[in-house]
Amino acid sequence: MAILVLAEHDNKDLKPATLNAVGAAMKIGGDVHVMVIGANCSGVAAAAAKIAGVSKVLKADDASLAHGLAENAAPVIMGVAAHYSHIIGPATTTWKNILPRVAALLDVQQISDIIGVQDADTFDRPVYAGNAIATVKSSDKIKIITARGTAFDAVAAEGGSAAVEEASVKGDSGLSSFVSAEVSKSDRPELTAAKIVVSGGRALGSAEGFKIIEALADKLGAAIGASRAAVDAGYVPNDYQVGQTGKNVAPQLYIAIGISGAIQHLAGMKDSKVIVAINKDAEAPIFGIADYGLVGDLFQIVPELTSKL
Amino acid sequence: MKILVPVKRAIDYSVKIRVKADGTGVDLNNVKMSMNPFDEIAVEEAVRLKEKGKATEIVVVSIGPAKAQDIIRTAMAVGADRGILVQTDVPTDIGGVEPLAVAKILKAIVEAEKPDLIIMGKQSIDDDSNQTGQMLAALLGWAQGTFASKVELDGGHVKVTREVDGGLETVSLKTPAIVTTDLRLNEPRYAALPNIMKAKSKPLETKTPEDYGVSIAPRLTVVKVAEPPKRKGGGKVASVDELIDKLKNEAKVL
Repeated sequence: MAILVLAEHDNKDLKPATLNAVGAAMKIGGDVHVMVIGANCSGVAAAAAKIAGVSKVLKADDASLAHGLAENAAPVIMGVAAHYSHIIGPATTTWKNILPRVAALLDVQQISDIIGVQDADTFDRPVYAGNAIATVKSSDKIKIITARGTAFDAVAAEGGSAAVEEASVKGDSGLSSFVSAEVSKSDRPELTAAKIVVSGGRALGSAEGFKIIEALADKLGAAIGASRAAVDAGYVPNDYQVGQTGKNVAPQLYIAIGISGAIQHLAGMKDSKVIVAINKDAEAPIFGIADYGLVGDLFQIVPELTSKL
Repeated sequence: MKILVPVKRAIDYSVKIRVKADGTGVDLNNVKMSMNPFDEIAVEEAVRLKEKGKATEIVVVSIGPAKAQDIIRTAMAVGADRGILVQTDVPTDIGGVEPLAVAKILKAIVEAEKPDLIIMGKQSIDDDSNQTGQMLAALLGWAQGTFASKVELDGGHVKVTREVDGGLETVSLKTPAIVTTDLRLNEPRYAALPNIMKAKSKPLETKTPEDYGVSIAPRLTVVKVAEPPKRKGGGKVASVDELIDKLKNEAKVL
């Protein structure tokens, strides 16, 4: 039986998280299909067909699927589920929202946020904010999984030539409707896919204070992240949050500025290759996991770093 | 309007966890347990709706050991009216009562209680699954508004602003519906002492999973639980120049 990977996209572009989820599917092994659920999403389906190693693309294209409403998307996945041994979504808010709905309808206990594949039934997943790793074996017939992007290598976006098939759509459930979206616009790389992430914490003091983070990030071509404290204080929008309940990142270089290092924050970034911490408190827990710690006033250090790079 | 708020007793968020030496789980002996933080936010939201005159009754449900009564009483002390404890000694963190089983028990309770709105935490900080609300919505055939940072009641609908990867998204749900809470929905209050005393006399019913005819046998077997690989940190540099030098020549990431 084949594995179905659900595409992350915005009806225009296929998002890189899809490639990591395909990477997770490849670890399980077998035929890998990708499903694109959206509206006017032919371009996305065409991009999915080019992913290396994908043998088929299913496209469910309907106005009712434009905004990823779980009530409308779940029945579409139900329509094809019986053909698959595994259904895998990237661990994005899209699939965290939709997949448990599918799992319950299939009477399956979903396996969330996997970071490792032991065999076709057995997976590693972080629990307790990543302070423990549970290896769990599923007895369900279909495995419903979300895969954490930082844990699986992305497959090549080019090289495949899969056929695109239309999947049947079920229309509008009448239960929910999309009202509006406030999408943060930025020319910077996407937080979860960036090679360098510069993150700021409460010590920045204000949205104004965060400007020095932006200047450093722009110099490095980096994405910007933040601790929960900085988001709660309103310095930056919610989608900047890195941590247990925010985003998980694992860039080549993570620069934590004015972040003390609460367990919940560390859960979202401790798999970064190199971690730099800049903080005036030499006892801050962040230094315990940083490769390079610099103790001092961030309002002096960060501009100096930006100017010398 | 009646609101149902499921709450979970979980490890306190401030506790540093210990993985059991035999690799079977996390040691919860003599560890501080509290209401899951996201569930506190759910209780608070329900109480605010009641204070605004939009809700008439708040029923709190917990599934867990006898000690889970404590968190039901906590919810009552901030304004919940009534509680149901579905008592089981099977662990509720990992390898025990799973989200699917919880959703099935809650479904049975919903069918008996007929709430107009369910508000619950988006995930519990022990197993971090983030599934139960969505699963319950599916089993009931209801709409779901997950990761909520704002909830507005509007006739037969509830408007939910959701925290999503790209920013914020607002959806309108036909009621009855399920809302799962994110961190910025509200800041939960502390219970005042007189209210803690008063909560002791509010009605609390005790049931078992069998009363609802739900099997809680797990679908996932925990093969092992291990500590994550330790990161070797603690390195320090003395200046910005040294930092840049190390990043370029030692770590080779610039």
